[in-house]
Amino acid sequence: MSLPTVVSRPTLAVWKFASCDGCQLSLLDCEDELLAVVGAVQIAHFTELSRAVQEGPFDVSLVEGSITTADDIERIRAIRQASSLLVTIGACATSGGIQALRNYADVGEYTATVYAHPEYISTLAKSTPISEHVPVDFELRGCPIDRHQLLEVITACLTGRRPVIPGHSVCQECKGRGTVCVLVAHGTPCLGPVTRAGCGALCPAVDRGCYGCFGPADTANTSSLARQLITVGTSRADVSRLFRTFNAGSPAFREESLTYDSPETGR
Amino acid sequence: MLSHMDLSASLIVDRAGLDGLLGALAARGYRTIGPVVRDGAVVQRQVSSTGDLPQGWHDEQAPGHYRLHHDDDSSLFAWAVGPESPKSEFYPARSLVWRTSSTGDVVTLEQPQQESAPAALIGSRPCELAAMRVLDRVFAGGEIPDPCYRDRREGSFVVVAECGTPAATCFCTSMGTGPGVEDGYDLALTELTSPDGPRYLVRVGSARGAEVIAEMGGSPAQPADFASRDAVLENAARRIERKLDAGNVRQLLASNLEHPRWDDVASRCLACGNCTLVCPTCFCGAVSDTTTVDGAVERHRRWDTCFDLAHSLVHTGPVRATTWSRYRQWLTHKLSTWHDQFGTSGCVGCGRCIAWCPVGIDITVEVAAIAASDGAVPVHIESGGDRS
Repeated sequence: MSLPTVVSRPTLAVWKFASCDGCQLSLLDCEDELLAVVGAVQIAHFTELSRAVQEGPFDVSLVEGSITTADDIERIRAIRQASSLLVTIGACATSGGIQALRNYADVGEYTATVYAHPEYISTLAKSTPISEHVPVDFELRGCPIDRHQLLEVITACLTGRRPVIPGHSVCQECKGRGTVCVLVAHGTPCLGPVTRAGCGALCPAVDRGCYGCFGPADTANTSSLARQLITVGTSRADVSRLFRTFNAGSPAFREESLTYDSPETGR
Repeated sequence: MLSHMDLSASLIVDRAGLDGLLGALAARGYRTIGPVVRDGAVVQRQVSSTGDLPQGWHDEQAPGHYRLHHDDDSSLFAWAVGPESPKSEFYPARSLVWRTSSTGDVVTLEQPQQESAPAALIGSRPCELAAMRVLDRVFAGGEIPDPCYRDRREGSFVVVAECGTPAATCFCTSMGTGPGVEDGYDLALTELTSPDGPRYLVRVGSARGAEVIAEMGGSPAQPADFASRDAVLENAARRIERKLDAGNVRQLLASNLEHPRWDDVASRCLACGNCTLVCPTCFCGAVSDTTTVDGAVERHRRWDTCFDLAHSLVHTGPVRATTWSRYRQWLTHKLSTWHDQFGTSGCVGCGRCIAWCPVGIDITVEVAAIAASDGAVPVHIESGGDRS
């Protein structure tokens, strides 16, 4: 007589690179759904949750953080090798994060200014997204990510379907929830028209402009929006700064930020 | 029943009469939805008395621009349409179509019922009434009516407020949808000024309206009151300077599908979708199925926009990958192919897409630009090249 086959639950691993841990903590923020999640998957590696870690391979890996050191490059390659599905979570992992501000500067000057012994610092000149180094199966944006979107991605991975994660503008979320447009009705600089939805339009709902923490939408006409921001009275320096925050490394935002960072040139 | 009503009975009421109207509608079980000022705009919310309405508020609108200012006057309806429209009441921005739940091997399908009380819309504008009629044809005019829309729309009560203060973005006179209205409502209000504060001419448009007007108090309207209404509407129509050549636009756009203006507008267009979302007739929706970690399946419908790349996504990619093709899709559908599909224009001239476009793209200007160089094609097409 044979024992019934034990069908093991899919294994889930959570990895950290250069980041603040906020995105992986979004998983623990899923208080109402957490029991269902841990019932559906076997958490094999998640050091914010438990010291008990298992060896790979892993069915699903969630990767937080950007690549900033040579060691990071080796580590992400090994994780990719060990993972069936690799999902990057958050602005750091998908565009290089706030630390991609170094991409606009000389990292050697930074380390010399900040550290008493910069010779101990071993870092790359640029902060780059995971997708520049290994193939990524899905990118979940946001700084931090939205936990409902994270649940949707995990559920889709478990079901074997495409996640329902729209690539359209934040404006659609404002209009859907009945938030009055802060750009049109108040003249507040807002990146919502070029920023990917997913946050639920949090900032405009509290009367603030979107600062683009989900990065560029599918088709982001940043140059047209930047011209309009100038028209409503935003200074060139502020337009440049607006595009240079948590997704400063994303190509569409980077290009506009560079266009407006000098008082002389551009559009 | 209609034959027992005197539909010509019109009243003159003061503000107390309007409060009587709100009370009478609430007593009949309606949710009274009307204009209120929130976050610097006139929007639609539940109202319980005239104290909730935008007394003394006035708007200033231009392409990509909307501002309110407040005066000490006691007008309640001296503003033009804001970003919201009756569309959101009858066709919610997001709705659950069905969900399943499973117990053991049994899967149960549940369809949500319309739970909230029917809406009484207070102060809808004539252009909005025209938009409701457009949506009626879209959602309820075919062989298979949309149940979500039908259930919400059928039980509704509409109190129109004719328009005395159009915005600079309005062009209802071009589209034949305002500033006055003669039918299609339950009750129609016209705000008239008098030394003692505003008075309201109330006209009846339905049997239900006749029942409710009987509870409003007031006095029978006199010929002078109708003359005052005429003056309000004439003055409003005179103030509307924006124009769209509605007679020719259908053919004009159909014969200018390669016009270079589409490229020009695409350089400005953000493809953010605001124009379609504030449009009182844009009806596109996206339906998606999701699963939950505990095994339920839900189907949701939400507002979609033809400016979204995913809107035309098929297995090999989006059909309309460029912004010029998506803008062209929107404008040609709204003003040209809508006639083929539904027998009318899809535009009611409310001007929302002009004011609420973050970069102020103006459809009347775009149409005029195409008309001014009717038949033009981009240089590369003229020389036999491919557009893409």
